[in-house]
This record gives sequence, structure tokens and C-alpha cells, in this order.
Amino acid sequence: MIKTSATRDVVTTLVVAALLITIMPQLIGTYTLTVLVVYGMLGLSLGLIWGFGGILCFGQAAYFGLGAYTYAIAAVNFGESTLPMLLAVLVPALFAAILGAMMFYGRLTDVYLGVITLVVTLILFKFINSTAGPQYKIGDARLGGFNGIPGFQTLNVPGRPNDYIWGDAYFYFCAIALVIVYLLVTWLLRSSFGRIAVGIRENETRIALMGYDVAARKTVLFAIGAAIAGLSGALFANWAEIVTPGLFSLGQSAEIIIWCIVGGLGTRFGPVIGAAGLAYLKFLLGQQSMIDNTLIIGLILVFFVLFLPKGILPAVTDIWRVSFGRRKRRGARTRRGRGGRQHG
Amino acid sequence: MAETVLETHGLTMRFGGVVASDHVDFRLEARELRCLIGPNGAGKSTFFKCISGLLTPTSGHVFMRGEEVTGWMPHQIASLGVGIKTQTPNVMDQLDVFENIWLAARRFHDVAEANRKAEDVIDRLALGPIARTNLGELAHGERQRVELGLVTVGDPWLVLLDEPAAGMSAQDVERMTDIIHELTRTAAVVIVEHDMQFIRSIAQKVTVFHQGAVLMEDHVDAVMSDPTVRNVYLGKKA
Ligand SMILES: Nc1ncnc2c1ncn2[C@@H]1O[C@H](COP(=O)(O)OP(=O)(O)OP(=O)(O)O)[C@@H](O)[C@H]1O
Ligand SMILES: [Mg+2]
Repeated sequence: MIKTSATRDVVTTLVVAALLITIMPQLIGTYTLTVLVVYGMLGLSLGLIWGFGGILCFGQAAYFGLGAYTYAIAAVNFGESTLPMLLAVLVPALFAAILGAMMFYGRLTDVYLGVITLVVTLILFKFINSTAGPQYKIGDARLGGFNGIPGFQTLNVPGRPNDYIWGDAYFYFCAIALVIVYLLVTWLLRSSFGRIAVGIRENETRIALMGYDVAARKTVLFAIGAAIAGLSGALFANWAEIVTPGLFSLGQSAEIIIWCIVGGLGTRFGPVIGAAGLAYLKFLLGQQSMIDNTLIIGLILVFFVLFLPKGILPAVTDIWRVSFGRRKRRGARTRRGRGGRQHG
Repeated sequence: MAETVLETHGLTMRFGGVVASDHVDFRLEARELRCLIGPNGAGKSTFFKCISGLLTPTSGHVFMRGEEVTGWMPHQIASLGVGIKTQTPNVMDQLDVFENIWLAARRFHDVAEANRKAEDVIDRLALGPIARTNLGELAHGERQRVELGLVTVGDPWLVLLDEPAAGMSAQDVERMTDIIHELTRTAAVVIVEHDMQFIRSIAQKVTVFHQGAVLMEDHVDAVMSDPTVRNVYLGKKA
């Protein structure tokens, strides 16, 4: 049973991904699509730790920015992209592991966790903003304050610094990276670690009374989320070819939270769709100046909280189930319903 | 002489001015079954929480199988092989019966063995028909039974149950009695209960709490006929 449903899960993911990767470039330019994919991965990072681990982080943008800056700084220094990509995953993960350990072993309540992650993001933003002077440099890389870091080595074929991966090829690279991360998240959630994480989300005290070290597990999950956010940050840096302190902004953090709510918390695909959809909407709105686009995003959030609190994906699967699922197998329905909520 | 599995020395817990646990000296032998009784607010739950690590006692010591465990975290205590049911239900409402019990089993076994153990407990507690139902949709008695299942699936040698029969039907209570008797073949069990009939049907030795302290400790019949106990507890309840 478990084996077959896992296989079906992987097959579904691959088929949907293949369809999207083939069809979407016919509709939207690959340059825009690339950043939607990158945001999708960022949404997935928070969707994992919040939707499945119950950790609401107000500073997921901090790891995104940290990944982007780590990449940029390392790329300037090394002139090759392979090691910088790895560092862009490891540095945010390490940072999150230290911060997470302090918060979770300190037995902070959710509210304080939110406040601390928010403050850390603010501090990073302020700090990076204040590094305009020439004394702020790491190796050959000047941090550049509010001007950011431009002109770093972008993604190249490993070991061949002059073979750049760009344009359409870069879109496919990012899309495949997202599929791989998505499958890894799927595997993680099906593993014992993932199931225990969901248990922690449901009832921390009970899981502790079963003998699990809740603080350690939350720290690890938090770091995994940061690693994914860091990777998406590095991909973003390659796309934008510049990193600026705006990556660390609270506005960015808030958007990630909105993506998750709109897309569907507690699902894997929801935050990806929420991120890509809302980012595309913002892109379209950015091309007109009649209505302020933060206002529209705000209205969408209010609409969802009031009318579709579970988000798009659960709503769509519910409709699907009601219209097509009923006649088939009554007994199997509750089972699939559950699976849909946890793993969808 | 049987091995001592749980021992407290002068265990004290203060909440501001309230002394919820007052120099409690307690000793429990392997495979012993003990009931704790006492009026509301006597400090029974507080005593449990100090033992299980949910509270850090203000002063005093807790020993388990000879090892000092004072101030340990709940997961460290549980990892020793201690099963704990709190007074308020502590289950995972959005997860089904199997998953709830499996998570507990997984702590001490690999995946395949945890699957087997969980199925086993589900059979023994007659939870089969509701194995795939979420806890949030179950009746109170069923939830209590599931919680008992996840407390016992790890084969603990010490089990602390805070009001396991509260709000249960007569039939459920009967089943609970059987389960507890079976437990005592491998574990020492401490039960907090108010239901006198239930206590009589399972326990021999009873410890009476009153205002945070141990008032007396004796055979259930002796306790029930003691005038002081009747005054503080039974008189109040009747
Ligand atoms: N966290 C707390 N903060 C302050 N006072 C507390 C706290 N927990 C318990 N108390 C107080 O400690 C005393 C003992 O409470 P406890 O819950 O241990 O009693 P109990 O014997 O379990 O009662 P019951 O039979 O109602 O469950 C009570 O006076 C209670 O108000
Ligand atoms: Mg109590």
C-alpha cells in the first residue's frame, strides 16, 4: 500500500512537472517563468516548515537573501559557480540551525518565535544596507550597501567557467531543480522524520511524552527549510544578476507567508502554486499603474482568509473529489482524503 | 525485596503562594499497581507532572530505577521507558488512530516492527474498525482508549495514568480494567482516579493526597474506612 501510493505520488509529480515545463513556455516567456519557479521553491521552503512542522517563520526571506548573498560573494571570489551554489545552501542552513537551536531549546512560544525571526530579518536588512563603504568586503567582494553586488560569475557548467547556463537553458535548470527539491520534500514527509514532524505540528507535548526530542527535530526541519530557501536565493541571484538588500525585506517575508496561505497550507504543491500565481499576478499588475498592487495582493489575502481559508489547492481537490470521487469507491474516500490533506 | 522503580524525596512544587506538592516521599516497586486519590486540587496532577518532567520541582528529588532524574526533560523521562497519560487528553486530532499509535511505537522500534506493534495494540484494544479515523472525530471513550494504546505500545516499565477512566462508559471502564491488569504483568502502574468503584476493582494499595502532601498510604479497604480520609475526601464527594 505505502509503496504503491509513493510510486503514484512520484509518477504524478513527474507527469505534472513535464506537462508544465512543456506547456508554460508557450504561454509565458522563460525569463519570467524562471523567477516564478524560483519563488515556487521559496514558497515550498516555508510550506514545508510551517505547513508540516507547524513552525511559522516570519523571516523566511532572511534565508533567501542569505543564499543569494552567499552565492554572489562566493562567485565573485571563486569565479566559478559550483562551490558558490553549495555554499548558498549550506550557509543559510547553518545559520538557521544555530538560530533554531537557540529558539527551540529555549522553549520559546510561537509568538516569540515569530518576533525573533522577524527581528533577525530586520537586522540583516539594516546591516547589509549599511555596508556601502569600501571597508565592507569579503575577499574580493564588496558588499555595496543599498547598491548591492552586481557583476558576479553566473551559473556555469561545473568546472567550465566560460560555459554559462543562461536563457532557456537556465529556465530548464531551475525547473528541474524545483522538481528534484519537490521530490526530496515528498520523500522527507513520507519518512519517519516527516511523520514525526507532522506529529509535532499536531501536539508537541504528546510527541515529547513519547520520548522524541522535539527541539532537536524542529531545529533540523528549520534548517532544511532554510537550505531550500537558500537554494532558491542563489537561483534568484543568477536570474537577476545582482543581489540587493531588498531580498531581506519584511515585505518579501510577508509575501512568502501569503503565498502559503493562498496556495494551501499543509500541502506541498499549494505553496508552489500560490507563489508562482501571486508573483505572476504582481508582475502583470506591475505593468499598469491604475491600482496599487500591494492593495490587490492584500485584498486577495483577505478574500482567502474569509472564504477559502484552506487555500486554493485543498479547495480544488475538494471540488474534484465531490464531483468525480463519490461514485467510485466510498470506502477508499476517507483514506484518500487524508492523504490529500497531508501529502497533497 | 522487589526493585524500586520510582522514588521521590521531599518533592515540592510551589506556584507563587500555593504549595501544590508538599515534601512528597513516594516509593513504588516494580510491577506494583498504585492508586492516587484525593480531592480536587490536592496536587495529584502536579505530582505526576514533576515526575514526568512537564514541571521542574521547586525542590526535592526524583529517582527512577536508582537514577536521579530530577529536572529532566519529558522526552528524556519517556525515553527511559515511562508511559505517561496526562489528565487533559494529549493526542493528535488531525491524525488517525494508526498514525497516533505508530508514532509512539516508532520511538522504540524500526518501521517494520513499529507497523507490527501498532497493529497489535489496535487489535488488543479493539480499535480495528476505527484504525483509519482521525482522532478528532472519535468519541471521548475511544480517544481515551487510543491514548492508553499509544502510552503502552512502547512496552514501558512504568506507566503514569491521570484519570484514565474519566467520562467513560461502564463497558469502556471494564475494558480499561482488563488492560491495566495486563499492563501490571510487565510494568509498574500509578493511576490517579476519583471513581471509588473502579479503584476497588483494580488496586490494593492507595496513596491519599491532601493539600499537596501525602495524608496516608495503605490498603484500599483501610483507606476507605479511615475517618480522616472520609472527612477530607469521601465526605466531600458524597
Ligand atoms: N500551573 C499552575 N499555576 C498555578 N497553580 C497551579 C498550577 N497547576 C496547578 N496549580 C494549583 O496547584 C494545586 C494542585 O493542582 P493539581 O492539578 O495538581 O490538583 P489535582 O489533585 O490533580 O486536582 P484534580 O483532581 O482536580 O485534577 C491547585 O490548587 C491548583 O490550582
Ligand atoms: Mg488532576
